[in-house]
Amino acid sequence: MSKKIKIPETEEGTILFNTDPVIIKNHYEMDYIHSYAQDSPFFIGLTKGVLLGSECKECGYKYATPRMHCMYCGKETAWFELPETGKIHTWTTCYYGGEAFLKETPYNLILVEFDGVDTLFQSRLIGIKEDEIKIGMDVKAQFLRNSKFKITDVYFAPSS
Amino acid sequence: MKKVYLISGGITKFAKAHPEKDFRLMVREAYDYALSHVPRLEPSMIDGSVVSYFSDHFTRQLMAGAMVQDFLGLCPKPSRRVEGGGATGGLCIQSAYEAVASGRMKVIVAAGFETMSRVNTWKGNEFIALASDTNYDYPLGGFYTGYYAMMVVRHMHEFGTTPEQMACVSVKNHMNALHNPFAQHPADLTIEDVRKSEMVSWPLTRLDCCTMSDGAAVCILADEDTAFKVCDNPVLIKGVGTGTDCMRMADRPHGDVILLPNEKEDDYKDFKYPGVHSFRAGRTAAKMAYEHAGISNPLDELDFIELHDAYTSSEIQTYEDLGLCRYGEGGSFVEKGKPFLKDIDYGLELPEKAVIPVNPSGGLLASGHPVGATGIMQAVFSLWQLQGTIGKHFGTDKLQIKDAKRGLIHSHAGTGTYVAVTILEKT
Ligand SMILES: [Zn+2]
Repeated sequence: MSKKIKIPETEEGTILFNTDPVIIKNHYEMDYIHSYAQDSPFFIGLTKGVLLGSECKECGYKYATPRMHCMYCGKETAWFELPETGKIHTWTTCYYGGEAFLKETPYNLILVEFDGVDTLFQSRLIGIKEDEIKIGMDVKAQFLRNSKFKITDVYFAPSS
Repeated sequence: MKKVYLISGGITKFAKAHPEKDFRLMVREAYDYALSHVPRLEPSMIDGSVVSYFSDHFTRQLMAGAMVQDFLGLCPKPSRRVEGGGATGGLCIQSAYEAVASGRMKVIVAAGFETMSRVNTWKGNEFIALASDTNYDYPLGGFYTGYYAMMVVRHMHEFGTTPEQMACVSVKNHMNALHNPFAQHPADLTIEDVRKSEMVSWPLTRLDCCTMSDGAAVCILADEDTAFKVCDNPVLIKGVGTGTDCMRMADRPHGDVILLPNEKEDDYKDFKYPGVHSFRAGRTAAKMAYEHAGISNPLDELDFIELHDAYTSSEIQTYEDLGLCRYGEGGSFVEKGKPFLKDIDYGLELPEKAVIPVNPSGGLLASGHPVGATGIMQAVFSLWQLQGTIGKHFGTDKLQIKDAKRGLIHSHAGTGTYVAVTILEKT
């Protein structure tokens, strides 16, 4: 006697938005094993309250956001410590953002310029309202005590 | 290099969502539209395709390009996917151009699409933000409107550009789109409407930004023999140029201007370039395309431009990169009325005469920006302008530029990370 083979039924349903056409909810989630690789010393620096840039010993170009090879001569760069204070090169206040950041709005983004450094550094600016932010304003780096090993471990506030 | 021609184009209506069609069907519709206007072209004459879409996150279907190839009935011919952020469509056209110019193919389909309605708008913004450095930029809450806001805040600081000048771009492009049936978001707006709409990232409001879209666009390119055999009015691809820049705008140099033939070093004394206020990739692409096409004065030698206005600010910055005015003059260029269409009442006081229509179709701001389709959309609209067939495709002649002989399309990615400029000429 042959026995009928069946897949066991479950009680899980599908979230349905529409039937013409059929539109269902399709969940997707992912954890990445993300390596900072050659940029790791920068993130270690943040945990020690140090902002590291990189400099080309060949042509002398200094990068505020580190890159391990010079964009001009292609040589490997060396780490150096950036000053704690810089100036606002440009800024914005975000009232929206990617979904992950909506709960933090409004927040300020700035590009910081440092004396004697050729490129800029992007960060958050706190402790100031939109209508008070000015290009050229002095800002100082501050660091999270409980490091998250993320770029947000450093942020800036007006220094005067 | 062989001469390459655009012989036909097709486009779906761009919309917030097209849930009744997947990407394959959208491309199919645009493809069938294109084929229907070159009846002498047998599908068997097509040698292959380039398919472009930007984000695997939106599609959640890898190798979607291969599925398009299949759905168009082009297997087992050659095909590949091209991707380059916002410039995906423009790069797709150039890849198709290269296949014909090299002699590898005689007829090729350039097809692009995006289905952005598959996630909510702010998740979509998050996906797009992943096209910035995910170690240094994205985790700050970085997203594209924020990046462009910072770039234009610096432009305002350097040159005195104003949010009201940016709003003029929005009014122009939305108003043009009222006469384009393929456009997603035509509107009759005032400067006040633009400034009073919701602030996204200061100074950019919702009406300073393009929206997310579903849509597809297709162009068919051919060599000279085939083009004139199957098409009464093919359009020549006269020049191509492509530029790149550092992914992180923080890394952009502060050096010397790359000069166009109509500019002198003296024009830019003590000027730091490109910084974050200008697009070096855009300038590089334009210079290369002008040299290729033999253009020495773009304002005199071009009849219209379709450029990548993902933001009103980037349209102003791009006038300058393309040499329509000098660096720093983009705000006054639009405020004076130079990039407007002559025969449309915009409800604005425009003190000077229109000089060159920019985004007569409505651009990305009003036509929509289904990323992989956008650069191809620009090629389709420009093909129709140069063929003089806007009336036939749009159902109205209102946007047809009289005696248009030469047009430029400009496709732009990231914060100016890839830019593709292509110059098209009537035959
Ligand atoms: Zn170097």
